[in-house]
Amino acid sequence: MPAVIQHSWFMTQRHLRALLRQPAWIVVTLVQPVMWLLLFGALFKSIVNLPGFGADNYADFLTPGIVVMTALFSAGWAGMGILQDYERGILDRFLVTPSSRVSLLAGPLVQQSIVTVVQSLIIIGLGLAVAGASFPGGVPGAVVTIVAAILLGMAIGALSNALALVVRKEETVIAVVTSLTLPLSFLSGTFMNLALAPAWISDVAKFNPLQWAVVASREALTSNDVDWGVVMSRLGLLALLLVACFAVATRAFRAYQRAA
Amino acid sequence: MNAAIEAEGLIKTYPGDVRALNGVSFSVPAGTIFGLLGPNGAGKSTTVKILTTLAAADAGTARVAGLDVVRDPVAVRRAIGVVGQKNAVDGAATGRENLLLQGRLYGLSGRDLRAHVDDLLERFTLADAADRFVRGYSGGMQRRLDVALGLVARPQVLFLDEPTTGLDPEVRVAMWGEISTLAREEGLTILLTTHYLEEADQLASQLAIVDRGEIVAEGSPEQLKAELRGDAINVELDSEGGGSAVEAALARVDGVREVVLEGRMLRARADQGARAVPAVLAALETEGVSVAAVTVARASLDDVYLRYTGRTFAAAEAGHDANGDGHAKGGAPADAPEPETTKTGGR
Repeated sequence: MPAVIQHSWFMTQRHLRALLRQPAWIVVTLVQPVMWLLLFGALFKSIVNLPGFGADNYADFLTPGIVVMTALFSAGWAGMGILQDYERGILDRFLVTPSSRVSLLAGPLVQQSIVTVVQSLIIIGLGLAVAGASFPGGVPGAVVTIVAAILLGMAIGALSNALALVVRKEETVIAVVTSLTLPLSFLSGTFMNLALAPAWISDVAKFNPLQWAVVASREALTSNDVDWGVVMSRLGLLALLLVACFAVATRAFRAYQRAA
Repeated sequence: MNAAIEAEGLIKTYPGDVRALNGVSFSVPAGTIFGLLGPNGAGKSTTVKILTTLAAADAGTARVAGLDVVRDPVAVRRAIGVVGQKNAVDGAATGRENLLLQGRLYGLSGRDLRAHVDDLLERFTLADAADRFVRGYSGGMQRRLDVALGLVARPQVLFLDEPTTGLDPEVRVAMWGEISTLAREEGLTILLTTHYLEEADQLASQLAIVDRGEIVAEGSPEQLKAELRGDAINVELDSEGGGSAVEAALARVDGVREVVLEGRMLRARADQGARAVPAVLAALETEGVSVAAVTVARASLDDVYLRYTGRTFAAAEAGHDANGDGHAKGGAPADAPEPETTKTGGR
């Protein structure tokens, strides 16, 4: 097996193990999506009665958006992990071993994707069981939703790592992440049919990766007659974004090493 | 004897024109402990970073275990173990997991790796704590685990960057014992950086004194001390001041030389220190300076440092650290990473 895959898996294991040993943290990461899904969903239940909203049940509409938004939010914090390793000297300890450099970036992203799968399944389950959603897209729809969440999460996670390696300050990472994630959510169709939103918002949303994930997952999960062209084009955009973001992260990593 | 480490004219400048290394050259014979001694910011850690492939020099060459660090970094990494200044241990994992992961990154696996890890845990008296989370370890235990991590891959050359900084005195002495055992029993070449004169004196068979990015003296601790004839006379004055007049008065005393006044401490050398003391005291009395204490001591590395750099080690440390953290030599410094430069945000 190539070292890059092997070493990535070692790093994935390391981060997974650390996560599983803090079960409380797993619950914390689910508090927010559950609030959005159950409280926000209940509060705006009658929004579907707006003429032209185009959905019968707000829970159907909201659930796929919450899945991908949760992946975005968790991924934003990815950089904090690499920053902690940097501050404790663990990053440099790995860099003086013959470890694959890419694995130091990829390992945590794979771990994060595994977490995303679990979170997505829980949110979809809550949508069905508690919020009263129904998903005609079935299993294939759920798979698309999870794939969209993973692609988006890994891309944003890679960017977050790049940011952390460049600024090397927790405060800056926190400031950037908190000031970007919520606006990205409101500039997408996560909560609202963009056909009813101001034109400028739906224009901006076309370039918002979160919106790509929302469109793909909502189409696949809630449409009675799935337009696979729409789904695949958005997944394709997300895949391209992931490649670009990973390239940025690798460059940031090299710059970090050069600056030493 | 073959050189395990060869550094040749290393130069490194950090952004903002901070010259960290200004032509550092030295050579370490295989199987010996070599000490790089100097105050914080002298360039020790930068040298280690270059030799361990973490940083690239602007100029100069370096070979470790016969391999060029720039042309052959991966092979160098396979041949070395590095123990950095911080306890670079993963607190969320157990000691054993830390060691196993480190070994796997070198391509070790299976029963071999497990047995080797057991050995290391035993040797660094961590066997009982092997399956506990490292965040619960004491500072000394974390340090021992950190050294064990550096040895997982059975390196030929081990770099110890300030291995005992921040440790309690008794833990430090125990660590010294472990380090000299490593060199003696395993034939390891060890490059050790330290700002403890005592540590360099105890451990290193050869040492280089680094000051402001340059090596100012090199040799065995004994050679360096032998270059200083006679004894050190240290006079503590009741008050500061007096300046050059006091220095001049003392320099006129027969057999006394190399007089330096630093605050309230007046230092000088004499062939026979004890005999010179009465004359020194008389000279000071004539100048109207009152004396709080006088000590006479055989040459120490502190004196060597003073001789080559024109300032005492403690003053160099204090001068570098503007926060006034001017800990005296041999005292436990704050457990802070060494700020090699002040303008690069810690790197």
